[in-house]
Amino acid sequence: MNDIVMQCESLCKSYGSKKALDGVSFSLGRGKIVGLLGPNGSGKTTLIKIANGLLTATSGRLTVDGHEIGVETKKKISYLSDCLALPDYMRVSELIDFYKDFYEDFDKEKAYKMVDNLGVDKFARLKTLSKGTKEKVQLILTMSRNADLYLLDEPMGGVDPATRDYILSTIISNYTEHSTVVISTHLISDVEKILDEVIFINSGKIVLEDTVDNIREKQNKSVDELFREVFKC
Amino acid sequence: MEWKFDDGRAIYSQIVEQMKLFIVSGLLPAGSKLPAVRELAQEASVNPNTMQRALSELEFTGLVYTNRTSGRFVTDDSEKIAQANETLAQSVITDFLERMEKLGYSKDETKTLISNIQNGGENNE
Repeated sequence: MNDIVMQCESLCKSYGSKKALDGVSFSLGRGKIVGLLGPNGSGKTTLIKIANGLLTATSGRLTVDGHEIGVETKKKISYLSDCLALPDYMRVSELIDFYKDFYEDFDKEKAYKMVDNLGVDKFARLKTLSKGTKEKVQLILTMSRNADLYLLDEPMGGVDPATRDYILSTIISNYTEHSTVVISTHLISDVEKILDEVIFINSGKIVLEDTVDNIREKQNKSVDELFREVFKC
Repeated sequence: MEWKFDDGRAIYSQIVEQMKLFIVSGLLPAGSKLPAVRELAQEASVNPNTMQRALSELEFTGLVYTNRTSGRFVTDDSEKIAQANETLAQSVITDFLERMEKLGYSKDETKTLISNIQNGGENNE
């Protein structure tokens, strides 16, 4: 097991003439909760999709636990997509079985515990659920794996503040020294207390990489305030 | 225990301050065992590493100590707690005097005002 769970070296991705990622380099250690923060269209989702093998980089390199992206890394990464990617005719309990069949690190008991805590009807078909409840189901499935790296792309966009708190507390309780959680989000004030580090990304480039307490100590402002300043329109 | 965090100050140092307050106010009684780091982190909804850092800092001040086999405890040294209490009280007063100064009151004027309010309060009762 590598100390570095994820590493990017001069990662670039172009869509035609548009550069979505432009020379991104960083590495993430284990046991961290990291915020990937940036305005719309800054390259957050592109970066996460490359790590998942859903997109291939134009140039540069991204490794997870020392492996090139492939079958090995898919075992290690638990991914929450920014859009619904599950068959919506399935019932919640069927989805849980589906995940259990698919991933050997899936913890069914943990999933049912979260289903109960969040008041999700386990017999409901996914398509009958509201947007927020669908997000809850996706999050339950993602967080019930015992992965090395969790990549959460906008995990709380559509849920109410009380559920947001539950999600954050789930992330904290799920914390282990060998796993790292990357959260891409705009809801900075909600997440900043649970983050170790933040990465600010803009127009495909990293503009800042630091710990939350360093930012607060040096700048005398919260990460949320700093974000508003750096990305002022 | 209720946790509140301000913007613009390091979170670990705010945890240290609030834990001190919990200890001197007896919410965390002398000699009592502290919950596990993860539980505390969850309760305060902060990062477990940040909570760990705050607890190390508290250990450094001697207000909490770690027993290798049985976990982390609040000190049972009542003198140490009384000392911490006095330090906290002093900083509250220093803050207060600074704010009064901003309002244009000298230390003596502030003192007079305090005794006026105290006397006034007694008359009302």
